[in-house]
Amino acid sequence: MTTSSRLDRRNFFKVSSIIGGGIMFAAYIDTLDAATAWAAEPEGEFAPNAFIKIFPDGMVSIVAKNPEIGQGVKNMLPMIIADELDVEWKNVRVEQGMFDMLVYQNQGAGGSTATPLSWLPMRRVGAAARAMLVTAAAKTWAVPESECSTSSGVVSHSSGKKLKYQQLIDAAATVPAPDLATVKLKDPKDFRIIGTSQHGVDNHLVVTGKPLYGIDTVLPGMLYACFHKCPVFGGKVVSANVDEIKLMPGIKHAFVVDGLTPLQLNALVSGVAIVGDSWWQVQTARKKLNVTWDEGPTAAQSSAGFAAKSLELSKQPAQRSLRKDGDFDSAMKSAAKTAEGAYFYPFLSHAPLEPQNTTAHFKDGKLEIWSPTQQPQSGSHLVAASLGMKESDITLHISRSGGGFGRRLSNDYMVEAAYIAKQVPVPVKVLWTREDDIQHDFYRPAGWHYFSGGVDAAGKLVAWRDHFVSFGEGNSFAASASLNGAEFPAGFVPNLALDASVMSSGVPTGAMRAPGSNGIAFATQSFIDELAHAAGKDPVQFRLDLLANAQPVPAPAAPPPGAAPGGGGRGGGGGPRFDAARARGVVAMVAEKSGWGKATLPKGTGMGVAFHFSHMGYFAEVVQATVSKAGVLKVDKVWVVGDIGSQIINPIHAENQSQGAALDGIAQALGQEITIDKGRTVNTNLQTFPLLRMRQSCPVEVSFLKTDNPPTGLGEPALPPVIPALCNAIFAVTGKRIRSMPLSKQDLSWS
Amino acid sequence: MTVTFKVNGKSHTVDVADDTPLLWVLRDHLDLKGTKFGCGIGQCGSCTVHINGAPIRSCQRRVSTLAGADITTIEGLSADGTHPLQRAWEELDVPQCGYCQAGQLMSASALLAKTPKPTDAEIDTAMNGNICRCTTYLRIRAAIHRAAEMKENAK
Repeated sequence: MTTSSRLDRRNFFKVSSIIGGGIMFAAYIDTLDAATAWAAEPEGEFAPNAFIKIFPDGMVSIVAKNPEIGQGVKNMLPMIIADELDVEWKNVRVEQGMFDMLVYQNQGAGGSTATPLSWLPMRRVGAAARAMLVTAAAKTWAVPESECSTSSGVVSHSSGKKLKYQQLIDAAATVPAPDLATVKLKDPKDFRIIGTSQHGVDNHLVVTGKPLYGIDTVLPGMLYACFHKCPVFGGKVVSANVDEIKLMPGIKHAFVVDGLTPLQLNALVSGVAIVGDSWWQVQTARKKLNVTWDEGPTAAQSSAGFAAKSLELSKQPAQRSLRKDGDFDSAMKSAAKTAEGAYFYPFLSHAPLEPQNTTAHFKDGKLEIWSPTQQPQSGSHLVAASLGMKESDITLHISRSGGGFGRRLSNDYMVEAAYIAKQVPVPVKVLWTREDDIQHDFYRPAGWHYFSGGVDAAGKLVAWRDHFVSFGEGNSFAASASLNGAEFPAGFVPNLALDASVMSSGVPTGAMRAPGSNGIAFATQSFIDELAHAAGKDPVQFRLDLLANAQPVPAPAAPPPGAAPGGGGRGGGGGPRFDAARARGVVAMVAEKSGWGKATLPKGTGMGVAFHFSHMGYFAEVVQATVSKAGVLKVDKVWVVGDIGSQIINPIHAENQSQGAALDGIAQALGQEITIDKGRTVNTNLQTFPLLRMRQSCPVEVSFLKTDNPPTGLGEPALPPVIPALCNAIFAVTGKRIRSMPLSKQDLSWS
Repeated sequence: MTVTFKVNGKSHTVDVADDTPLLWVLRDHLDLKGTKFGCGIGQCGSCTVHINGAPIRSCQRRVSTLAGADITTIEGLSADGTHPLQRAWEELDVPQCGYCQAGQLMSASALLAKTPKPTDAEIDTAMNGNICRCTTYLRIRAAIHRAAEMKENAK
């Protein structure tokens, strides 16, 4: 096997012949080259993490390393490589990369990070491979490289000579690898794949019902299992009738699992495992299960109790200050108009349509796992730590996920399957019911914002206070339950106070599509609307004016080295990354697209506007809604305008993601709420946690404002503005200010 | 109990508990993984199949009621994956995660069999029992219209 490589750390690129024919380019992609300055330098081993193979028949194989959860990443990353490589997309085969931390470094699906982290590195890999093929052709012909060009998988010389890439396989394997940092990239005007709509690479498998998802995994001799946990979060099994359960038809094993000590809700908790010949037999046996639980302290908690505690905290001085600019109290006293508003959003469940599942096989001290996970790396760590195994003894296959939305960032179901599989001598598939999923989620945390604000005689926002009440302990917020001191409108109001108080809770919380932002945008952009009306200003103009009013205060310090790149993805009005000009751009454009202030709407129909910055994306949205006098709401249309940089990589997917995010937000607003009582989730299944149906969907017109900025991600940032835009539209019709979610609990009638 | 019925034109005899839902017979006994489990209470439509041409939720249908039934699943919607709906779904790039789409296609194909040129309202009525968590409804509706067009043009 011939090999040629460069071995300096940031520029690793290796070429080798494939036994049986073909050539493989393997690169180490340094994701730090992206616009992410906050990540720490990776330590230790590095190895190639991007692979291109060219076969003798001219087919090109590109590995898609990240989990596909419906966000289209399996198209997007290979498209970037293929364009710079200069091959035809129809000749590209995309392979799902297995989980291998040493190989791929970062394989997560979360935080809308794939595009910003991979844009430049993936282009360089494709371009480097192309450059080597050009060098090989030039050598073969004994001509200068400058006289050669490429197109559609062919190198051409100015004399008219041509060689297909597959004819250069042997020659290219002996060419020195180029420097990835300086390899020549295409001029964006020459892109032939990037910026064109390419259909999902798995579409045909999806529409013909081929096995694709974690739930479809089958292994020879496999048994099925359920894991029955305490309905109260953190409760423990005292005793269970497992001997009786073992006698039921088809049941092979039933046992109590103690769970880890100390309690970790996102790892292995206490419960009863039932393993049998078929999943239905396991579920039938489960109905006869009789467990005595020690419910623990969380049994005393409830949504009503949290609400009462929040109100109590709101009347006390805040536990801590997140940011203080100017003099809020004095500014309120001298303000021409003031407003106050107490906002609330509830716990939400992710409810991806494929229930949680994992298949695992423990044999000869080694564990093999098939799992639909958004975070394979932390899943593998968790399994190793929980089971006392070495990670090198664990092989993890990433399955396509039937939806993610952040739920599969937690790998609790993976560790359950791994633990159960270790107790039985054959492969086991653990599959949850929908009830398991809704009652054992890591919920979008509920949150409360107690706002007060004031405008001056000219209608300018001069005072803003948010006393944010959330969950946590001491100075730390619970997962995804935080507010950033840079959150908009910080940096744009001269007198501003962002304060926080927390209460403790045993309810598990976690990231959900646009974490933080999905609640904060509702509250903040609704209260901005209240102040616009107090000022007597048009809501679009009020926002444009506000965005033009950057304050000369020092921006808060950037997160320390090692903070997750783009991870929290929060907004950040005054933050170092927030560009008010880009925010103004999308607000102005959505006003134009929607005919804001120009369209004559019938009585009972109105428009609302909102914008939000998260996950490095700027989105402004207008919702048009109709409310009958009896209070029946119909969402008529949504206009979405996004600025995610200079390039939309796959427009057909970009539109689908943006429409999906907007309608996802509408679904949350219409009727979703997880209610906690006696330390457990009251909701059971989709009849009590309604997902959007076709009749409730509405047209969503998506436009992108292309600006000269590096491309960023799209899975999340289109969601947050739609909820306040809808609520602001309802206000425009009814005069009723919506300060509490969901809308199904509000009286929208008007006269 | 033992029950014999046809799935996608082929006769099968299964021996399972009589309350076993058709969904689990298809998935775990006949290894037809295209029909999906979403909620188990007939709310989401992911498990939609045809029984004697009518769309039903297979998670709600006990196997004991199926003697002699003629069942079609997504795997049998067309011989080679070229039903106009399957082509339209690919052409308009309907799927995001794709998990619900087999059920969507089975509801849509039952609609088109009865109503070759459905209106938006007829589509909404026929499809309202199928949830797409990624909310690809705009494309589902457009793809049903597109498939209706393809069928018309093929006449």
